[in-house]
Amino acid sequence: MDARRGYVQAGRCGYVPALMSRGARGADDGDMNDHIVSTDRLTKHYGGRAAVDGISLGVRRGEVYGFLGPNGAGKTTTLRMLLGLVRPTSGTASVHGLAPGSPDALRRTGSLIEGPGFFPYLSGVDNLLVVARYRGLGRYDVDEALDRVELTSRGKDRFRTYSLGMKQRLGVAAALLGRPDLLILDEPTNGLDPAGMASMRRLIHDLSDDGQTVLLSSHLLAEVQQCCDRVGVVVEGRLSYEGTVAELRGARMLEVRAEPVDRAVRAVKAATGAALDLTEDGDGRTVLTGDADGVDVPAAIRGLVAEGVDVHAVAIRERSLEDVFLTMTEATR
Amino acid sequence: MNALAHSARAELRRLLRWPATWVLGGVWLTLQLLFAFAFPYIAYATGDPDAFQGGPMDQLLASMLPQSLPETLIAGTPMFGGAIVMIFAALTVGSAYNWGTWKTVLTQGPGRGAATGGLVAAVGVCVAGLVAVSTAFTYGLSLLVAAVESQDIVAPAWGDFFASVGGSALILGMWAAAGLFLGALTRGPALSVGLGLLWTFAVENLLRGAAALIDGFDVVTDYLPGSGAGSLAGSLTAAGGGDGTPGVLDVLTGTQASVLLGVYVAVFLALTFTLVKRRDVA
Repeated sequence: MDARRGYVQAGRCGYVPALMSRGARGADDGDMNDHIVSTDRLTKHYGGRAAVDGISLGVRRGEVYGFLGPNGAGKTTTLRMLLGLVRPTSGTASVHGLAPGSPDALRRTGSLIEGPGFFPYLSGVDNLLVVARYRGLGRYDVDEALDRVELTSRGKDRFRTYSLGMKQRLGVAAALLGRPDLLILDEPTNGLDPAGMASMRRLIHDLSDDGQTVLLSSHLLAEVQQCCDRVGVVVEGRLSYEGTVAELRGARMLEVRAEPVDRAVRAVKAATGAALDLTEDGDGRTVLTGDADGVDVPAAIRGLVAEGVDVHAVAIRERSLEDVFLTMTEATR
Repeated sequence: MNALAHSARAELRRLLRWPATWVLGGVWLTLQLLFAFAFPYIAYATGDPDAFQGGPMDQLLASMLPQSLPETLIAGTPMFGGAIVMIFAALTVGSAYNWGTWKTVLTQGPGRGAATGGLVAAVGVCVAGLVAVSTAFTYGLSLLVAAVESQDIVAPAWGDFFASVGGSALILGMWAAAGLFLGALTRGPALSVGLGLLWTFAVENLLRGAAALIDGFDVVTDYLPGSGAGSLAGSLTAAGGGDGTPGVLDVLTGTQASVLLGVYVAVFLALTFTLVKRRDVA
């Protein structure tokens, strides 16, 4: 275990973050006053089953926070509790420093939870006007929100005629009404085509650039990897990890395939000072791996060649968020 | 107060653009046209009073003239008027659960009390509008009958007229409150409408049948919602509920019926608020 990083070695993917349950610790990273959303041992039981089991997390002002987890992990239930739609069984939460679901907190929060909920017989514009009226907003805000999600041209069509992606974009438009400080978006890219996803990614970047905080739940880990500053990973109702995406992905790995391996290890060590470990790849072949940070790769290759080792491949491996996520969820199971 | 006003405006906007609002309003006016004018007039014109409740011909004509407006207006409210309004209110709340719009509304920050209050106010405005349109429609038809039959136009007694309008609003308001409660209870449109119609057209009548068999059971059946609505209508018609008009009864006095309906409105609305405020929104 690398205590400095808080990682454990597990499986063939190498390093994965240690499964740190933050339930007992609370959202203690950073300044608590800087948290726009925080929960402390938040729990929701349905009958005897814990849908959310003691989650403590903190979303900092101005960041894009990815909320990850497999289906049924408790993400949406947690988000519902943050919006006051569902009452927690125990634990506490605050949004903007206020109780979740309080009118003041909700007026400063835009949200899209588990798909958009609109009146099918109304047009997109009329639906947004209804929502805007609840917030005391007007036509200007509606037009601006529609424009931001690129739905202006279809705004007068009835909601029931929209494609899944258009419905989703209208849901995001409703969340943007009045430029709230905090956006809680549950799977906002559901049903979007690749262009729509890219557009959504740009929108999230823009929102972040404007200083808005985004709490984003998504299954699309590539999206999260590109968009989010920090992530929280929920598995079976518990927060398994909370930290930056870079920390979660871990160090880049230097991977060497060469024979004989003992001479290869010595050659790399002599040329770069880097220590390599013997591991096996998925096909059972021996691979030498080590931390790639700070390693002079050309020097390592020169050393291997000078030692007369047969070099099959030298590569730097970066693990995707998806690799880490799958490893984490499998490890928990 | 601001949140309540915003909620009411938002709900009214969506209800007035909802086809169901206009379809149900149209059904109400069509039924008024058919049962209060078309069928009686056909019976009158063909000289076959037996075709419509067997009343004397001059009485049949008089029931369609302007001076009978108070009775004509309220006679249809306990049965089909109440059912139509109950369907409308149940659909209003139940469909909002079905479409997921409660979630959208409640996350805008009006507060559950204000959101529910706004919805109740918007439904109340629609019911008041329906009574107003129905009054104008009924009066217009009675003027037409008077003109066609060359009858003198005699305005109804104002006291009777206002009592009828107020009574109609109270009866429809009670059924609307019942519909709101059923929609909130079942969290869906189909079950709420089904249960409401079952109660309106079947259960109350069956209970009244049971009351005829069981001594003392009429203490219960006399105070059911339909009994109150029917009795209020009966108290405002000349026949006093004894002419066989469906749903019009004479088991309670007008005052008793009004108080009973007021209590039902309060109870149904209190239950609706409680259900919306207390339960999780999926």
